[in-house]
Amino acid sequence: MLYGSAGLGTSLLLKACAGNESANTAQSQGNSQTQQAASSSGSGDTIKVGILHSLTGTMAISETTLVDAEKLAIKQINEAGGVLGKQIEPIVEDGASDWPTFAEKASKLIEQNNVATVFGCWTSASRKAVLPVFESKNHMLWYPVQYEGQECSKNVFYTGAAPNQQIQPAVNWMLENEGKQFYLIGSDYVFPRTANTIVKQQLQAKGGEVVGEDYIPLGSTEVTPLITKIRAALPNGGVIFNTLNGDSNAAFFKQLQGAGLGPDKYPVMSSSIAEVEVKQIGAEYLQGHYAAWNYFMTVDNPKNQQWVDAFKAEYGEDRLTNDPMESAYNMVYLWKQSAEKAGIAENLEKVRSAAYGQTLQKAPQGKVTMNPNHHASQLVRIGRVREDGLFEIVNATDSTVEPEPWNEFVPATQGYACNWSDSNKGEKYKVKGT
Amino acid sequence: MTAETSIGTVGRKRQRRQTLLMEGVAVVVIALLLIFAMPALLSGFRLNLLGRFLALAIVALGIDLIWGYTGLLSLGHGIFFALGGYALAMHLQLRTAEGLPDFFTLYGVEELPWFWQPFHSFPFAVVAVILVPSLVAGLFGYLVFRNRIRGVYFSILTQAALLVFFNFFNGQQELINGTNGLKTDTTEIFGVTVGSSQGQLVFYVLTVPLLIATYALCRWLTSGRFGRLLIALRDDESRVRFSGYNPTAFKTLVFAVSGGIAGVGGALYTVQSGIISPAAMEIAFSIEMVIWVAVGGRATLIGGILGALVVNFAKTFLSDQYPEVWLFFLGALFLLVVTILPEGVLGWLRSQGVKQMLGKSKKVSTYSSLEQNPEEERERENTEN
Amino acid sequence: MLLLQSVFNGISVSSVLLIAALGLAIIFGLMGVINLAHGEFIMLGAYATFAVQSGFKAVLGESGLSLYIIFALPVAFIVTALVGLALERSVIRFLYGRPLDTLLATWGFSLILRQFVRSVDWSLFIGIAVFCLLFFGGLAILRRRLDGQQTRKGANTILLLLSLGIAIVTRVLLGQTDATALTKPWFSARNVDVTAPNWLQGGVPIGSFQFPFARLFIIALTIVCVVATYWFLQRSRWGLRIRAVTQNRSMSACLGIPTRKVDALTFALGSGLAGIAGCAITLLGSVGPNIGQNYIVDTFMVVVVGGVGNLVGTIVAALAIGTLTYLIGSGMFALLLTPVEALNPLADFFTFFATTSMAKVMVFALIIAFLQFRPSGIFPPKGRTAES
Repeated sequence: MLYGSAGLGTSLLLKACAGNESANTAQSQGNSQTQQAASSSGSGDTIKVGILHSLTGTMAISETTLVDAEKLAIKQINEAGGVLGKQIEPIVEDGASDWPTFAEKASKLIEQNNVATVFGCWTSASRKAVLPVFESKNHMLWYPVQYEGQECSKNVFYTGAAPNQQIQPAVNWMLENEGKQFYLIGSDYVFPRTANTIVKQQLQAKGGEVVGEDYIPLGSTEVTPLITKIRAALPNGGVIFNTLNGDSNAAFFKQLQGAGLGPDKYPVMSSSIAEVEVKQIGAEYLQGHYAAWNYFMTVDNPKNQQWVDAFKAEYGEDRLTNDPMESAYNMVYLWKQSAEKAGIAENLEKVRSAAYGQTLQKAPQGKVTMNPNHHASQLVRIGRVREDGLFEIVNATDSTVEPEPWNEFVPATQGYACNWSDSNKGEKYKVKGT
Repeated sequence: MTAETSIGTVGRKRQRRQTLLMEGVAVVVIALLLIFAMPALLSGFRLNLLGRFLALAIVALGIDLIWGYTGLLSLGHGIFFALGGYALAMHLQLRTAEGLPDFFTLYGVEELPWFWQPFHSFPFAVVAVILVPSLVAGLFGYLVFRNRIRGVYFSILTQAALLVFFNFFNGQQELINGTNGLKTDTTEIFGVTVGSSQGQLVFYVLTVPLLIATYALCRWLTSGRFGRLLIALRDDESRVRFSGYNPTAFKTLVFAVSGGIAGVGGALYTVQSGIISPAAMEIAFSIEMVIWVAVGGRATLIGGILGALVVNFAKTFLSDQYPEVWLFFLGALFLLVVTILPEGVLGWLRSQGVKQMLGKSKKVSTYSSLEQNPEEERERENTEN
Repeated sequence: MLLLQSVFNGISVSSVLLIAALGLAIIFGLMGVINLAHGEFIMLGAYATFAVQSGFKAVLGESGLSLYIIFALPVAFIVTALVGLALERSVIRFLYGRPLDTLLATWGFSLILRQFVRSVDWSLFIGIAVFCLLFFGGLAILRRRLDGQQTRKGANTILLLLSLGIAIVTRVLLGQTDATALTKPWFSARNVDVTAPNWLQGGVPIGSFQFPFARLFIIALTIVCVVATYWFLQRSRWGLRIRAVTQNRSMSACLGIPTRKVDALTFALGSGLAGIAGCAITLLGSVGPNIGQNYIVDTFMVVVVGGVGNLVGTIVAALAIGTLTYLIGSGMFALLLTPVEALNPLADFFTFFATTSMAKVMVFALIIAFLQFRPSGIFPPKGRTAES
């Protein structure tokens, strides 16, 4: 069980109470006023927040780790006295790896449970599915996963990396250190395709070359044709840029090794492989290959050590931490700080304005700042898989990298930016002088 | 003798008319309840759920038509469901965006693909919601039925077709936005935002009469000669063929109708859930559609509607409170319905009711003749003892 | 060189398809039962392999890892065969002659299996054990004590509900305790990965190309399985019975062949072969609750194209589909057609489908087209039954 039965019981009762009340308030006040309704329905000493991830289905594998990280942060905050003197009460909903279900549960959290904010989603498709819900109800979602960018909603805070904080530095580094010829592979969905659009433009601009591109269905394990094509396109070796997701990664790395394509000639740079995945697939298949993230478990600072220890104490000695989890953990703290600065957690306008410029000086990865463009400034690191399955950090930026939600390498969004602190600029405006 | 029979037929006719009238009144009462009472009683969220499940009930009617009556088990109805949803969503996208819908620019598409063009027109989109799935179903059905492929072969082929469509829609980012699907919540139609509570109410109210219209269509189709022919096809196709009918034409027609119905359901579901994506063509979802009908009762129509509502509310409730239990429950439901309640809840109630009234038991009928050699069947029964 | 590579890769893709479809073909051929849980049997085999590997690691340390797969194969076979047997005895035997219902029932079972591997822990295991003990024990007692058909039916229902209730309560109570040993999931929803033994990592280099050992192993395993199945069906006593029942059930029954037992045995055999397939695919990718879904439609296609009740048909179909998938997906077709000027438009056409996911679209379309010409597969069953 993911949560104890006792906790389940109480949250059931609370859900029932909130349900009745919201039925009245939703009709009398309409949807846009939900945040005011939230303040009236809280029982006084708790603040309800929603956690919306897949607990079942294909994505459960990854998303349950985020639930763990978020719950740990909430637990720590509660032990330290809560937010504004109130305890945080998480309400966990299951998106079941199904996009319409995500939208349905998001409405439920907002309307029935009157949560103050929602932490959730992993896949871009699930985020896109809930986006209209949060926008039409003018509510707030915190999204922890690195993604393809090209989005800047007023109702979402993105604490994962934008492409210029992960993919672009990764490509640059490979270009400088490993080779000019790239083969792009990915799962057949939006993140890999958008990411590869960016990579292609970037390589063109910087003198690299894309020799091939292929997509395989999510969950497919037959990669023989793919490996044949890579070998044909890169007879003398070259960089493989990998945006595969989920099960296909294991199949790809196992069969890549079997086919004799090793990291010496065919180094793979992956965007969705972190510590948890390496351990699962087996370090012997991945050793020597690369990944780019903002955080690695091997980041050497006291706060990270403290966090890893706390996480292991809570969930078990064999558990690992990784970038999305760290980001999920950070966003709860960022929300807490914003709510405290706003003075009231239920007034979303105030919390939103308070979030701009909010900084975590001591996040496990280092310094993290939330910007007015709703994305976070973070450090960027490149890691190489070691024999023990953790990453050796081979490159790290000295200071944080500013996020660019609208990517400069996509022609349609070149020269655009996002700024929600200025009502004249908003979601997408043309930067002067470009 | 002749006088007696004519009185008998008149009496039966009158009786039939009476039951029809009763049924009509009941339907109208339920419709009024759904349209006027429910919005007042339920919160926006719950009402939206109800509306979506009613849209799924429409799909269930289509499944009952081909499975309950004609004996064709389609595991690929997700195709038609999604096609209907996409047709409407494409129109809504074009209605709102000036020039190109947003996602096109993301993939560097500058010109609207040709097949999007006609969707500018609202009447075309409405017709397409019904016609595109019907045509696809008709074509597929013709190709398959022509070769006398039936039974489990047909089911497997529908499943394969589902996978083909899923992969195609999933892979074509530049044409229909791939995995992300099309969103409808923020689009506008006739000045109303689709996702607003007002818009949702309109779609909810619209779903009810459409459900009733579909029900009436299915009733009409299954009650007359056509309906008897469908059942004959289910029970003994060879005999129907020898009697001079062309089973291919009838099966193709009924499959196309069922596809069109699924398209309508899909379109209504899409506007009420706010998104249509290739996920609607996942294998599990299409098989779930079948279980709605199986739970309610095959060849009862009403059973399909009730089944769709009950199973989906159970799903919402269980996956909400006990996410772990849901798959166990659904799996057990499949097993139970097939082994203990082959006629579904409604069929069971009816047969039990008949039994009590007449004081004799009725043999549970299954579709044994569908695929199996009757001789072999008899033998199996005999060797058991 | 290119040819050798293509042939090898085509065969290796085909061999995975064939080993996964073999059990399905036997079950479908003999009993006309569509087993939608076949993919989940493959998954069970894969998890059994994982369990064996973990056991070896725990007992023998790292040194045990090189041998585990030899033991995993029979374990996977036996575990899935037993689960298959249980399914046949408890559900499917009541559904013979209702193929569409069987299809739904096996789908239901597959859902249960999928959730089972996610949430199985000792408390659930004990709960199931309690249920089996109470229900089947009670059944045995009742059978001795009660005679009346009607009373027994009522008693059975009560017994079922009672034992189910007790089992659930046991499980919930055990779940409440703090003993993590009881409530820790065995596998959890997370994917698990089996590390191939050392001697199966790497491959044989031939020129610029390398034959992976894992693939060679799977090809060899497939050949062994096919030969063994063929031998079993053609040479053994029970194989003779199975073939007899396939050809003419009534006549076989008249001659004293226990057709019920033959059914059960065939189902167990088919499930067991799925278990071996599961063991094989752990060498290729990771093991998760949904892994069976990747194979289910592909394997059905193999069976449909091959024709019912014909082992040779299944082999040919697997080879054809596998090779075609590979050739289209890897762009080889396009490559082969480009030199011929007249075929260039055709080459462009194949290039469009030369991504892995579009190749699947193409292959399925070809299969549907193929069935237009040969509705009953490559080798249609002959004789009177063909039309029914």
